[in-house]
Amino acid sequence: MDVIEILATVGFWAATLRIASPLIFATLGELICERAGVLNLGIEGIMTMGAMAGWMWVYQGGDLWGGVLFAAAVGGAFGLLHAIFTVYFGLSQHVVGIGITLLASSLSFFLFRMILPAATTPPKITAFQVYEVPYLSDIPFIGQAFFTQTPLTYLALAVVPVVWYGLYRTPVGLAVRMAGENPAAVEAQGIDVLAVRGGAVVVGSAFMAVGGAFLTMSAFDAFYFGMVNGRGWICIALVIFASWRPMKALFGALLFAGLDALQVRAQQISGVFIPYQFFLMMPFVLSIVAMIFMSRSATYPKALLVPFRRGERI
Amino acid sequence: MARAMRFEPRERVSVLAAAAAPLAGVAVALLLCSVLILWTGESVLEAYWLLLKGAFGTKFAITETLSRATPLILTGLAAAVAFRAKFWNIGAEGQLYCGALAATWVGTGLLILPPVLMIPLLFLAGALGGGAALLVPVILKNRLKVDEVVTTLLLNFIILLFVSYLLEGPLKDPMLMGWPQAAPIIDEGVLPRLVERSRLHLGLVVAVGAALMVWLVMTFTVWGYEIRAVGHNAAAAAFSGIKINRTIIRTALLSGGLAGMAGVTEVAGLKGYLTLDLSPGFGYAGIAVAMLAQLHPIGVLASALFLSAIYVGADSMSRGVNIPTYIADVLVATSMLAVVLSVMLTRFRIRFN
Repeated sequence: MDVIEILATVGFWAATLRIASPLIFATLGELICERAGVLNLGIEGIMTMGAMAGWMWVYQGGDLWGGVLFAAAVGGAFGLLHAIFTVYFGLSQHVVGIGITLLASSLSFFLFRMILPAATTPPKITAFQVYEVPYLSDIPFIGQAFFTQTPLTYLALAVVPVVWYGLYRTPVGLAVRMAGENPAAVEAQGIDVLAVRGGAVVVGSAFMAVGGAFLTMSAFDAFYFGMVNGRGWICIALVIFASWRPMKALFGALLFAGLDALQVRAQQISGVFIPYQFFLMMPFVLSIVAMIFMSRSATYPKALLVPFRRGERI
Repeated sequence: MARAMRFEPRERVSVLAAAAAPLAGVAVALLLCSVLILWTGESVLEAYWLLLKGAFGTKFAITETLSRATPLILTGLAAAVAFRAKFWNIGAEGQLYCGALAATWVGTGLLILPPVLMIPLLFLAGALGGGAALLVPVILKNRLKVDEVVTTLLLNFIILLFVSYLLEGPLKDPMLMGWPQAAPIIDEGVLPRLVERSRLHLGLVVAVGAALMVWLVMTFTVWGYEIRAVGHNAAAAAFSGIKINRTIIRTALLSGGLAGMAGVTEVAGLKGYLTLDLSPGFGYAGIAVAMLAQLHPIGVLASALFLSAIYVGADSMSRGVNIPTYIADVLVATSMLAVVLSVMLTRFRIRFN
């Protein structure tokens, strides 16, 4: 069995979509922040917090969609904290982002241990179940691969065009993009740059948290320490790979997830013995390669990392 | 309100304010975390008292705190040096493991020398290993403008997996079954203990010496001046004839080397052999150390001691009262954010109009 045969299996395509889902949410979230001019390195911690919060909501008896909303709200709250520091006080986005990641992940471990002190085997919830889309899932192959997913995967796919429309076809989206390119021009239009940037960071962080929640509420049914495992950092690389465009971000996440799904399967069938660590390394190596690949054409939002202080000339 | 708020740089910052800012930030963090402690149902004062006692209450506790501070000083210096040049090295964790790897390679029988030579050789190997780990990000940054934040972060995971592979494969101690660990460092390379019946070792002296060296280099040498100039205003530095790329490479090698030395203190001082749990996140904690110290090399000594006191103290506290040890990490993260904010407030004046 070789690569072509793997590509011909339903399981491969279904796995690709499943692996891509959290990446799509979180990459879009980071993209929204960066488009407004704010690098959000809190992503890794916010995803961890979202994974914990959504799961905990359901474990405490709430319903699944309530859990998704709760995760988004908690993520948004950390986004607000990030925004107060980086947007309103204009502090270093690198330092604050790392601080938010440290805070959000340690706080989620603390809260998890606090609420469930004696849990040795991770307790489980009834996670999102596969929803077979009527009629479409009956299509041979395609139906099995793409239309028998969990609802959150459908949501991830649906959210991409929404974000694209929001950023490129609405006045708010224009203000967000302008805030990341030329904040002084936004201010000249009588729009509050700080509010636009802050809002973008809050919304983007909510997306990241939902991406994290996918892990505990759809991909798995329990919360483990360290389960986000660098996915947030990969999403930051994906944003660069996507040249800050939502549709390209979708493509990047799918490509990335496809390669990941492919290598897992290749690992099982390859005759040669390759230590498993090298397979686990692949996503991180790929991210770096993707950044090198895109380095020539990468066009950063011009005001990324530059704090906006009213009345100051740049 | 937000519309009317703006910041005015203060013309001069008093020494007192600069020194008080981190303390105020830490005080705020302790207050905020006491809300969490209240929620656990324990007494806040008792919890903090137990933490303090756990960190400094006995002679053994003090040696534990100092030995935990050792790698934190070095990773803190690594972050402080790099951040001064606005080179965002978030990869100290990976560089630490590369340093430990190099020390393991040299120190497990490659060559046998008397301790006077062997120990410096191990630190040299570790520094080279840690510096080498930063070569790829720094070349990618200089040549292709690839963002070093992401590459150094991602490299942490790659390096850790590579170490995991080595420990289960080529480097696995053949004398041991089960738990993957490398062969022990030879006796000549083991850092001598500073205090009998404790784990405090020579690494502390090396770390403190490194802090002094870094302070001297950063303050009194052309190299240090160039590093600071590039961080302050790269365009102006380039205009005045400083080679930016070369300065960034030097900064990176220095930063990675310091982080690599942290790997040596752990592998040759504390543990004696390389395992995958050598560092419980010393690399990431180093960023907090550097920020609490406002990137000052001597300040790093104090803030590393503060962090290690929290970690060691929280371990002992959680045995006494029912508070998860993760409170230590929460406290560190909260302190870092609070200090960053309080330091900013000493430099700017908030105006409302």
